[in-house]
Amino acid sequence: METSTRPDLSESDGAKRPADAMVSHMKILVIEDDLEAAAYMTKAFREAGIVADHASDGDSGLFMGTENSYDVMVIDRMLPRRDGLSVISELRKRGVNTPVLILSALGQVDDRVTGLRAGGDDYLPKPYAFSELLARVEVLGRRKGAPEQDMGYRVGDLELDRLSHEVRRAGKEIPLQPREFRLLEYLMKNAGQVVTRTMLLEHVWDYHFDPQTNVIDVHVSRLRSKIERDFDKPLLKTIRGAGYMIKDEA
Amino acid sequence: MLTRFRLMFRSTAVRLSGLYILLFAICAAFLVFYVTAMSERILAQQTRDNLVQEVSDIQRAFDRGGLNGMLRIMERRARQPGANLYVVAGPNGEIVAGNVASLQPGVLDEQGWTRFPFSYRPFSEAGSGREHMAIANVVVMDNGLRVMIGRDLGEPGRFRGIVRRALMVALTIMGIGALFIWFGIGRNALKRIDRMSGASQKIMAGDLSQRLPVGRSGDEFDRLSESLNAMLGRIERLNEGLRQVSDNIAHDLKTPLTRLRNKAADALNEDDAAHRRVALEGIIAESDQLIRTFNALLMISRVEAGSIVAEMSDIDLSAISADSCELYEPAAEEAGLTLETAIEPGLKIRGNRELIGQAMFNLLDNAIKYSAGSKGEPTLRVVLSADAESVRLSVCDNGPGVPPDKRGEVVKRFVRLDASRSKPGTGLGLSLVEAVMELHGGALVLAATHPEDAEAPGLTATMVFPVRRP
Repeated sequence: METSTRPDLSESDGAKRPADAMVSHMKILVIEDDLEAAAYMTKAFREAGIVADHASDGDSGLFMGTENSYDVMVIDRMLPRRDGLSVISELRKRGVNTPVLILSALGQVDDRVTGLRAGGDDYLPKPYAFSELLARVEVLGRRKGAPEQDMGYRVGDLELDRLSHEVRRAGKEIPLQPREFRLLEYLMKNAGQVVTRTMLLEHVWDYHFDPQTNVIDVHVSRLRSKIERDFDKPLLKTIRGAGYMIKDEA
Repeated sequence: MLTRFRLMFRSTAVRLSGLYILLFAICAAFLVFYVTAMSERILAQQTRDNLVQEVSDIQRAFDRGGLNGMLRIMERRARQPGANLYVVAGPNGEIVAGNVASLQPGVLDEQGWTRFPFSYRPFSEAGSGREHMAIANVVVMDNGLRVMIGRDLGEPGRFRGIVRRALMVALTIMGIGALFIWFGIGRNALKRIDRMSGASQKIMAGDLSQRLPVGRSGDEFDRLSESLNAMLGRIERLNEGLRQVSDNIAHDLKTPLTRLRNKAADALNEDDAAHRRVALEGIIAESDQLIRTFNALLMISRVEAGSIVAEMSDIDLSAISADSCELYEPAAEEAGLTLETAIEPGLKIRGNRELIGQAMFNLLDNAIKYSAGSKGEPTLRVVLSADAESVRLSVCDNGPGVPPDKRGEVVKRFVRLDASRSKPGTGLGLSLVEAVMELHGGALVLAATHPEDAEAPGLTATMVFPVRRP
């Protein structure tokens, strides 16, 4: 199951999950009324090292979300007893600021806007690939612990300065296009975590759909050649079937 | 027959007709009574005037010739046909002379007009029991004699009867005529509605090619039938399209599902862990492709359903064009193509940025996919321009192009030209672009970039947006 949900490990890496260290103690709540989908999800999350509780309707989800402390909540929009958006706004009213990812099968394109307006933090339309869900949950879970860095990011010997818009590796400046800078900025902000192509299109280009082709890959490989060409150690890894991850393999 | 009758009375035409007949009858009755009452009043007035004249004549005769002169005149007048009633009576009321045999008692007691019509028996009918009604003027002479001059009321009564009968007959004839006409109309309407419901029952049974009968008169029923037929035509076309789409979907999803199944079977038989892993990864890739296809299909139907109209805002088409070119430039370069742009700055339209962005991405995807490695010049051009009527965003490639007779086909769901079947893709890209353009009130126009070049005519896909009128 692990291979099917996260086919991200090349044989040479061995069996160790690169993101394990970051998410080992993440605890999430899945509110989903489709029991089969929920069982699959919780099992897959557990295999990825995430403890997942499950609630099957809006009321019990709201209760569990208020009583327990979670790192992330995954909430289906259509729920019995109390719909997903109402659960989110009620949670926010009660001062629960846990990041929420909304799952939706509703056929409206403006769903995303409605969902985020109700207090959700991310949105994923059904049907989705589990790797996409996992990547987003991991990013949301880390966002809670680590506030955004104002100054910049550092991965190994690679430094990104958000104020001067400069990127250096081992002290040597690497000139980047504005878009490449934003791409690297987003990857480094989520260092050690898988970032999917859809997430990159969302955060770097501000379009919210599945890019379907290799356009993002070409941008990433250009960026990769710039930051890795003159250096021995690779930093930017391709996670097959999922996306990309920047990490210093110390 | 009885059911037909009951049915007819349930129809609106007949009910309305009934209401009209009732209203008409009430009006006519009012008219009849008004007319007769008026004529009666006029006749009564005439009678009174006539009697007053007579009284003064008699008075004058009395003054001139005494009792004898008066009686002479009265006798002469009484003999004329249709004469008035003349009575001369003593102070006690006994009739002395005149053409009346007996009177209702008390008529002669008071001078002047009798207050009510009274009964009397004319001289000629003294023996019979019939009584006549009359009004009269009574004069008391100086010598105590009473003279009464009156008029039989039989005449005005008869007149009233004639008028009423005539009006009643006319009314009855009119009513019956109206009933017949309305009956005819109601029956006719009923028959036509029956024919229409017969046709619609066939349609409901599933025969969408059925049409409602249309007469030649061009009346309301024909117009209704025509609009319903037009509606049926549209439904039939939509239904046909839907059937075709679901056929295509079934066919196009069967292939990858079969592939998926075969791969799963292979993985099951694979003993070597590494090989099994590769097979499973292949299965995931195949499933992801299926999910993408479903997402694209859902997206198209959402756009076609027009549920995103509320999301329209003023967007910078120049910025979207430039962004998409920037996004695709590396991919084009990788495919050995140069991406040239001629983007007019600051062009704004009303639309949905996400959808137009995705449409643009689809066009660029296609252009790169199909012109990579073609015989034409390895250049892509993105042109954004505007004139008075439209804003046009074109993606021009130098690939193999689309033959003119296939340009209507390729925008349909899952339609791919034979030459392109080997390339990756869902066959949904242009369908989405077309749906997006329709949502924006525009159009997707496909043309050849170099029509004169038979080897590599190329394809120019243009999104034509209507210019917003202020």
